[in-house]
Amino acid sequence: MSEQIAEAGRGSVNAANLTRNDYKGAPSTLCQGCGHNSIASQIVAACYELDLVPEQVAKFSGIGCSSKSPTYFLGRSFGFNGLHGRMPSLALGAMFGDHRMKGIGVSGDGDTASIGMGQFKHLVRRNLPFVYIVENNGVYGLTKGQFSATAEKGLELKKQGHNPYTPVDICMEALVANATFVARSFAGDPKQVKELIKAAFSHRGIAVIDIISPCVTFHNHDESLHSYVYGKAHETPLHDITFVPAREEITIEDFEQGSVREVELFDGSRLVLKKLESDYDPSNRWRALAMMDEAEKNGILLTGLIYVNTEQPSMYDLYNLPDEALNRMSSDRLRPTRESIDALNASMF
Amino acid sequence: MTQEPTAVTENQQTQAIVNDFCITFSTVNGSGSATANTTLLRALFKMGIPVTGKNIFPSNIQGLPTWFTLRISKQGYLARLEKDDIVVAMNPATFSKEQEYVVPGGVLLYPDDIKLAVTRTDIHVYPMPVKKLTKDAEVPPKLRDYIANMVYVGVLANLLGIDLEKIYQALDFHFKGKKSAIMSNYNVVVAAAEWAKANLEKKDNYRVEPMNATEGYIMADGNAAGALGSIYGGVQFVGWYPITPASSLAESFQEYLPMLRKDPVTGKDTCVVVQSEDELAAIGMAIGAGWAGLRSMTSTSGPGLSLMSEYMGLAYYTETPVVVWDVQRVGPSTGLPTRTAQGDLTQAAFISHGDANFIILIPGSVTECFEFGWRALDIAEHFQTPVIVMSDLDLGMNQWMCKKFEYPNEPMDRGKVLWEEDLQKMIERGNGQWGRYLDVDGDFIPYRTVAGNRHPRSAWFARGTGHDEFGRYTEEPDVWERMMNRLLAKFESSREHLPLPEVHTMPNAKIGIISMGSADAAVIEARDQMLAEDLPTDYLRVRAYPFSQQVKEFIRNHERTYVVELNRDGQLKQLLTLDNPELATHLIQVSHLDGLPLTARWIREQIMTQEAK
Repeated sequence: MSEQIAEAGRGSVNAANLTRNDYKGAPSTLCQGCGHNSIASQIVAACYELDLVPEQVAKFSGIGCSSKSPTYFLGRSFGFNGLHGRMPSLALGAMFGDHRMKGIGVSGDGDTASIGMGQFKHLVRRNLPFVYIVENNGVYGLTKGQFSATAEKGLELKKQGHNPYTPVDICMEALVANATFVARSFAGDPKQVKELIKAAFSHRGIAVIDIISPCVTFHNHDESLHSYVYGKAHETPLHDITFVPAREEITIEDFEQGSVREVELFDGSRLVLKKLESDYDPSNRWRALAMMDEAEKNGILLTGLIYVNTEQPSMYDLYNLPDEALNRMSSDRLRPTRESIDALNASMF
Repeated sequence: MTQEPTAVTENQQTQAIVNDFCITFSTVNGSGSATANTTLLRALFKMGIPVTGKNIFPSNIQGLPTWFTLRISKQGYLARLEKDDIVVAMNPATFSKEQEYVVPGGVLLYPDDIKLAVTRTDIHVYPMPVKKLTKDAEVPPKLRDYIANMVYVGVLANLLGIDLEKIYQALDFHFKGKKSAIMSNYNVVVAAAEWAKANLEKKDNYRVEPMNATEGYIMADGNAAGALGSIYGGVQFVGWYPITPASSLAESFQEYLPMLRKDPVTGKDTCVVVQSEDELAAIGMAIGAGWAGLRSMTSTSGPGLSLMSEYMGLAYYTETPVVVWDVQRVGPSTGLPTRTAQGDLTQAAFISHGDANFIILIPGSVTECFEFGWRALDIAEHFQTPVIVMSDLDLGMNQWMCKKFEYPNEPMDRGKVLWEEDLQKMIERGNGQWGRYLDVDGDFIPYRTVAGNRHPRSAWFARGTGHDEFGRYTEEPDVWERMMNRLLAKFESSREHLPLPEVHTMPNAKIGIISMGSADAAVIEARDQMLAEDLPTDYLRVRAYPFSQQVKEFIRNHERTYVVELNRDGQLKQLLTLDNPELATHLIQVSHLDGLPLTARWIREQIMTQEAK
């Protein structure tokens, strides 16, 4: 490591020979203390630690506070800030430009659970390899404090009064739509957020991470599900999560044999789940749904890897794509031959 | 040439009518008549006779009345006729009504099990033993309904003189050489022809004779042609959602891509087709792919185009190439979803919110659908903007005789895309600077990099929010104004780069006609009819928007220019008026909307009535 520092002369570098700064974006214009800023920092940290080349990552978002945040990380990555609730379709089309790239989308509860519900669930069912983060605060911040579809029933907000409706649970929706990687975290738990993002990037399929991210301006009452105080008091991690990249040797002893569960991801990296209280099996979808339902009844914010399925083919596997990027194909490979037109005309009759 | 029904005189009764009449088949939706009708169409085409077929069908899968009209025209006219020379009435529900449409001296064919009264005495009537002939055919009972329609194919073959060999070829083509299917149909055709020969005394005057007028032509529909043109244009991504009458455009990709678009190097697929969850997603996918450097498109109809509106604005403002095919149907609302119109023109021109302008291409024939298929992709990437191609149900779903598809005569235009080395040069040339929205060449078109470029300075952030020449967020008033003015200048600069209008003149013509798209066929015929009545006309067919300068000159040079189109509000006239306010009084609206394709007779009448004033 010290050699690398000397060589680069710009602080620590990772295996991609890049510094942390190479993964940063523009300064945030979100509120001081916003959970979204903390998540942006963990995206930077995760990509740095994964040695991703920023040019090989594309980032997307919809509309809302959360959707502004792609500007605040990965300044050297291509990005597209789309329409409200319609980031999934934009990202899907774009990722086929160069399917070797990694994709990450940042959405919010307003963007995903309202207008975007349809596109969200259809992206999920297509299993596009893509990290889909929902920065979930239960409130519309950019329009100054209206209820979102994830706001809990009975919530009081200054301007809106009382929320009469039951909330949408994004992890449940993802599970029901057959998502192959579903996690929940809390912006106040940066280590878990980071480990989950790293695992999500290594998953070959859709990886949904619902991150409770308190809104410090419009929605941070101590008793509210989406607040810091509530999150800190009621967060119950399912397990301690450690992400181990493929290139690193793993010794199970490091994790107290007998109390760990390993999940091998697409690129050979592994997610080590260190058992806490229950022996939770993240490969059982029904169990996951039942457990989340139980937690919700008890007012517990369950965090961790809720469900993973590494067997399901990804969307790319459903197409007979060349190994190289489609967007680098030369014209002569895209236009049928001159001779073919005669056969075509003959077939028209 | 007039098409007016006139009283039958003794003289006309004996005069043969050769290769110039219309047959209408009245059947029940879902009864398998399409095979019989296209078989006749193809057989006539194979005989070298110009022919065209139009489906007039309800928004229904099975059970409601449906019509297919087959026009045989030695002059090569392809437009709809407002009369029926020969009616094949297979549907008891419409039998009585159907009789009324037959011209005097015309022909009525019907299955003899229809026991309803024939009330006309001035037409020739041939009942056909459909039940008996299909029962005699050795096919499973459940297929009898399907082959029943082959009875009228055989009877007409005998009555009109259609070559049975050509019918066999048509069936062979339809069933892709599958012997059992060909023979079970062909045997019925032959049996019916033999029955007609033995039992019918031909009293009518209609017949066909072989010609040599289909050389260099094919039979095709505009939707397949649009997809094929796009395939030759190197389309790489198609996001679509089913909607009548556009579905068969996207479905044609599934049919032709495996044959035409395997990568010559790897044998892999070079085009991705995704059926999306709705039109909101179809356009989102297509724009994402266009942004990432793929030649991308979607296809839809009016209601779907409305749903795409917001994303179209984002593509316009982020300067993302994408092609949208709008196969128009009758709106507003669900309207008449299986009928044809040209009513989405102003929607397309002004789609989305704020100040936005869109390039529109308007193919006027099936051959042009093919050509505009590849051209649209070139134009979209060249100008880095959405391109809307306006077809319609008549052009898209009906079988037209059209010139053979021609191989693109221009190399693919991928526009200003910078890969790693290009970008390095650009940065060096720009003293270390490059900006996604910088107008480097003074042609209002900036350079772009696409996702996957590995140059460390290649990335930029596409956003719908205000941005400067470097793609950075800004709300500076002067930057907003400057960026919007460049976008307008870019749009304006496309005028003469788009398919230019097609102009046809006649000696001594004082008046002009401007039209577009599928109305072309009826306009061509109407001009011949008016010339026969000493009213020569000049004709300009608009093929793209924004309009070329030639359009302005055409309007200026004619004191009266009739704008012929298939909608209620005269939408083409509206756009022409906006573009040429000083010439607005030259323009006369001749627009009509009843869900059916325009006819020459209607156009002629409108213009001649106006001219007589």
